[in-house]
Amino acid sequence: MKLYVLIPFLPLAAFIINILLGKEVLRNKAHWPSCLAIIGSFIISVITLFDVINGRVINEDLYTWIISGKFQVSIGFLVDQLTAVMLIVVTCVGSLIHIYSIGYMHGDKGYYRFFAYMSLFVFFMLMLVMANNFLLLYVGWEGVGLCSYFLIGFWYEKRAAADAGKKAFIVNRFGDFGFALGIFMIFLTFGTIHYAPVFSEVKNFVGHTVNFLGFEVDLITLIALLLFCGAVGKSAQIPLHVWLPDAMEGPTPVSALIHAATMVTAGVFMVARCNAIFSLSPDAMIVVAIVGAITSLLAATIACVQNDIKRIIAYSTLSHLGMMFIACGVGAYAAGVFHLYTHAFFKALLFLAAGSVIHAVVHNDIQRMGGLKKYMPITYAVMFIGALSAGGIPGLAGFFSKDEIIWSAFASHSEVGKFVWIMLTAVAFFTPFYSFRMIFLTFHGKFRGTHHEEHHLHESPNVMTIPLMILAAGAIAAGWAGIPSVLGGGAHFAHFLEPVVGHPEFHGTHAQEFGVMGLSTTIALIGLVIAFVFYIRKTDIPVMLARKFKFFYVVLFNKYFVDELYNLIIIKPTFWIARKFLVGFTDAKIIEGIVNGVPKAIGVFSNKLRRVHTGIVHHYGIFMAAGAFFIILYVLLWR
Amino acid sequence: MVPLSWYMLLSLAVFTIGVFGFLTRRNIILMFMSIELMLNAVNINLIAISHYMQDLRGQILALFIIAVAAAEAAIGLAIVIALFRNKATAHVDEVQELKG
Repeated sequence: MKLYVLIPFLPLAAFIINILLGKEVLRNKAHWPSCLAIIGSFIISVITLFDVINGRVINEDLYTWIISGKFQVSIGFLVDQLTAVMLIVVTCVGSLIHIYSIGYMHGDKGYYRFFAYMSLFVFFMLMLVMANNFLLLYVGWEGVGLCSYFLIGFWYEKRAAADAGKKAFIVNRFGDFGFALGIFMIFLTFGTIHYAPVFSEVKNFVGHTVNFLGFEVDLITLIALLLFCGAVGKSAQIPLHVWLPDAMEGPTPVSALIHAATMVTAGVFMVARCNAIFSLSPDAMIVVAIVGAITSLLAATIACVQNDIKRIIAYSTLSHLGMMFIACGVGAYAAGVFHLYTHAFFKALLFLAAGSVIHAVVHNDIQRMGGLKKYMPITYAVMFIGALSAGGIPGLAGFFSKDEIIWSAFASHSEVGKFVWIMLTAVAFFTPFYSFRMIFLTFHGKFRGTHHEEHHLHESPNVMTIPLMILAAGAIAAGWAGIPSVLGGGAHFAHFLEPVVGHPEFHGTHAQEFGVMGLSTTIALIGLVIAFVFYIRKTDIPVMLARKFKFFYVVLFNKYFVDELYNLIIIKPTFWIARKFLVGFTDAKIIEGIVNGVPKAIGVFSNKLRRVHTGIVHHYGIFMAAGAFFIILYVLLWR
Repeated sequence: MVPLSWYMLLSLAVFTIGVFGFLTRRNIILMFMSIELMLNAVNINLIAISHYMQDLRGQILALFIIAVAAAEAAIGLAIVIALFRNKATAHVDEVQELKG
């Protein structure tokens, strides 16, 4: 019995049930099919994980999907160590978020729609991670993008939400275009798009070049960079990061599941999956590492001055995704996936805790919060744990994975490695700073909202707090699977993934490793202390700094004006071309010219011709006789 | 024996009378009669040539034409009666409803 096949199809069944029956029959019980399906998937995923641990890697084709000459694609699943980890992340975090949503979405008029889309999303995400060929990966890839669009624009009556959905979809188009080209290139090169033959043959193509837009470029680098385009879009890296902060218009569980724990990490997963391709192209690796590093640092600095609680966490997500790409870029894929795994727990926790806060205060502005500690102690406790974990405080999940990335960057002994290591160390300062800025402004001090709002403050119901507590346990303990050997652990996580992603060759002494770890930890603690001083002890310092360094503050507050830049160089010209040429010329002149011109010409011509129809029978008779006469004349004279 | 050309001249004469009548008369009944003349001119031609060529197919065709002419006359007269009932005239110049 192929039990694992049920993992993606249970959520699909839940989607079908919900979309057909949700509105009329299930109504406020619409969470049942979705929650049961994903919990079922989770249980099967755990069974599958143990199978994989025992060495049973599945790679089989279930159904031949397309046969067109040389092009053959099947619907087939590959469940190896990497997939098993992703399955656990998606279904475990997904289950908790589904349960949390029962409380968070309670009473919403789109209740069934929400759960239907969530199930559909989980289905596509699981297809994405379980696919054994690039086309099926692409199906999942686009499917999660579609569900992301549905769920960002879930409250579509709100203009901002509808716009954010469109923005996410359109920005992702740019990346997916490159991704699709990458898949085409893979087919052209290898004649197949199934993982196994591609990854085993790729080393035969080292040094091949291909003519791309008139330049001779290295074939593998080209493929790797095109695939990375897709990852940049989906995982919201610079320059396609602009959609993720706006995506926070969606319901908070959506932000937690799609825009923190699972979908946005698909890019990292894909790069790790294609490590055979990326590892053979040093140039592409450098690009991956540098894009990750820049995103990580810029996002971390932006997060320090934002006031929307969800946007702070969104920028934090960007920053952490950047770190995962850094890990991939220096060849430490296992470290990247490890961070993906711990990040899923602590970031889902932060988002859901923020959702719990929003549930109580009904807005997102941390400047109008404060002092919530005594109203919502559980939320406060779990969010504190989440922030500690995210900030890389020793002992918690985030520390181990982040430390491994920082160490990998340092130990990779390349120019890029050193450069990104410096960037990472800076990020290590900002992460606890903005996390605790958010915590302190939200939960400490006096409540800064209105009296009416204060009256409404309450702790969230159990159905929301229990998933939070489980996630908090995850945010503490998830990292223990990969304690590095220098701290006496077994680095089990990296060893587990070794068959898929290999083992990076790093050179460094234990002393160096302790030194790097000590440095980043010290910097993280300094960040935490500064946040404490700024936002609890001397609350006038940030205001003074903002005034003194007004330029930096304005630049950061406006997110480096990237949105404005895109508006100026892409959106404005596009609209200008659209209005000037497409609407004014192509549409008005050419299309409407043809559409209106044909009937108009017929009208003019037939207006002339209708005068022949006098209604007088004799005229018709004369025409007939004359016609017959001329035909006879023609036959007699010319034939 | 009467030569073929005589028959054809007769046919031509009858046909010309028919065409002339059709184009000049205003009375719908007379126009009908002119059409019958033209049809019969064709019949004369067919039978004469059939006889000349010792081929019966022409005569069979003539029989068909007579049958068609009968049907046409029936429908045509029905139209004339309907017209007369509605317009109280048989004069085609007074009927111009189909003017484009």
